[in-house]
Amino acid sequence: MKIIVLVKQVPDTETSIKVGDKSINETGIKWIISPYDEFAIEEGIRLREKHGGEVIAVSLGPDRVVEALRTAYAMGADRAVHIKVDNYVPFDTNNTAELIASFAKAENADVIIGGRQSIDTDSSQVVVQVAELLSIPHVAFAVNLEINGTAVKATKEVEGGTQTIETSTPVALTAQKGLNEPRYPSLKGIMTAKKKPVETKSTADLGSPVSKIEVVGLEPPPPRIPGRKLEAADANAFAAQLVKALREEAKVI
Amino acid sequence: MSNVLIVGELKDGELKKISREITSAGRKIADSIGGKVVALLIGSGVEKHAPELAAVGADTIITVNSGEYNAETYSNLVAEVIKAQNPAVVLLPHTSQGKDYSPRVAVKANAGIVADVVGFSVDGGKVVAKKPIYSGKAYANFKVNSPIQIFTVRPNSQEITQKAGAGAVEAASPAAGDAKVKIVSTDLSGGSKVQLTEASIIVSGGRGIKGPENWPILQELADTLGAALGASRAAVDAGWISHSHQVGQTGKTVSPNCYIACGISGAIQHLAGMGSSKYIVAINKDGDAPIFKVATYGIVGDLFEVVPAVTAEFKKVLG
Ligand SMILES: Cc1cc2nc3c(=O)[nH]c(=O)nc-3n(C[C@H](O)[C@H](O)[C@H](O)COP(=O)(O)OP(=O)(O)OC[C@H]3O[C@@H](n4cnc5c(N)ncnc54)[C@H](O)[C@@H]3O)c2cc1C
Repeated sequence: MKIIVLVKQVPDTETSIKVGDKSINETGIKWIISPYDEFAIEEGIRLREKHGGEVIAVSLGPDRVVEALRTAYAMGADRAVHIKVDNYVPFDTNNTAELIASFAKAENADVIIGGRQSIDTDSSQVVVQVAELLSIPHVAFAVNLEINGTAVKATKEVEGGTQTIETSTPVALTAQKGLNEPRYPSLKGIMTAKKKPVETKSTADLGSPVSKIEVVGLEPPPPRIPGRKLEAADANAFAAQLVKALREEAKVI
Repeated sequence: MSNVLIVGELKDGELKKISREITSAGRKIADSIGGKVVALLIGSGVEKHAPELAAVGADTIITVNSGEYNAETYSNLVAEVIKAQNPAVVLLPHTSQGKDYSPRVAVKANAGIVADVVGFSVDGGKVVAKKPIYSGKAYANFKVNSPIQIFTVRPNSQEITQKAGAGAVEAASPAAGDAKVKIVSTDLSGGSKVQLTEASIIVSGGRGIKGPENWPILQELADTLGAALGASRAAVDAGWISHSHQVGQTGKTVSPNCYIACGISGAIQHLAGMGSSKYIVAINKDGDAPIFKVATYGIVGDLFEVVPAVTAEFKKVLG
């Protein structure tokens, strides 16, 4: 079974973000693998452990993303591929999906797994766009996955509950929390990951799709309505003040 | 053509609020680029919702009769209507369902897509879409440079404005095609009464609620306000409530008008999911808890005393 897992490198949530003109200022940023992609890597490795084959971790971006691929190696990926995009726009899901689809097609992958969204752009687009570009089925928000031969049975989160579906490989999935518990990279894994080769693909190798998105500009978040702590003698007095504030000042209830 | 196509969403045969939100947003865009608002509703018996969409600005409501939702067939239907209508702008809901089918629509329509948009303006006839990035720590503005510009819109981010459109109803029967995914069963027993991501009020509990036996205290406040019940990851990881209630970085992103955080410290990963709430109320024993940095109204106190008092007070004034 050939499994492609998509690994996006994003700023750690705790990192403070400095807004530049059309991108953020990257100095001092701590980079991590987007948390949902860790579920994707784990699921890929479990599928390989069960069915054999290989797990190919793919990351798209500038040179720094190789670090995320080393982590995927340390967790147990068999191959790592860096789709090198120097003028990388992390918001351009169309472009990302086209490059990944082009790669996945050449590899003839059976399963493509990514996170349900990346935590920097929250777009939830890439994996399903890849599925459409390859004319294969997809399962968004997967919380359970069973593959038998080419038969796929999966449970996905839907609004208000879950849904069980059946389809067949090749298939693309987005991993939701609950799909598995990602393993930590082992020390031995980390040591050997340093020496493993990372394949590089250029955009030219993958067909150089034309970008459809233009970043007009970045800005700091809008200011919040200034807050205040209520002062009151007891719970009932707090309640009276709060209800008054929400109804008369904020007018939200 | 400079028309705006919006795709409405239904739940249990009712039109969701997001449908009126994106129609209102579509109306404003159409007025500034000089086009019409075409609304698409897919489902059974959907023509009965046409007046609701006309009241918020839809000029035409295209109805498509269809059975159970499936991303593949649904995206085919939407893409066929896009092909027939050739709109300049398409607005889709950034809901669970929207996230499931919108990527396929973008590819089929060969269009650039910007997802999770919270604001729109128009510049030189092109839409400029604003979205929060990096957990709301920055905002970005985008233009889409393909002939068709597609945006998915965050629920609760657009004001509903009454502005009558013509409201002409047209039935269409585009080809749905086949789906490779077969739905075997659906289980909606674990879900909450009010949908978290689209709720305009959320009452949320964290580790401070001490145990699952105390949810009724928050549920009663939620029921009184018609609010959805949310939770921090600490409460979910402790097994007190299902993950579908989790708000935050690894939970749901919510933007209600009012978010009431009870016994939640306000860790950055939690703020990542609810930081764009319009009004935030924090009830916490610890006056130094980080949640107070974002709270519009902070109450330093014991939630087991304050929350029931707030519920009682609301019951009194709401009758
Ligand atoms: C990768 C990653 C992803 C994460 N994703 C999420 C996420 O999606 N959502 C999320 O919420 N967290 C997430 N977290 C966890 C987050 O960092 C915090 O640990 C979590 O939000 C804490 O939850 P809490 O506020 O309920 O608990 P605590 O931090 O323990 O806070 C409990 C609060 O309750 C107050 N309290 C206690 N008793 C009372 C009382 N009787 N009355 C009033 N107040 C009381 C205390 O003063 C305290 O402030 C994530 C962490 C990581 C590392």
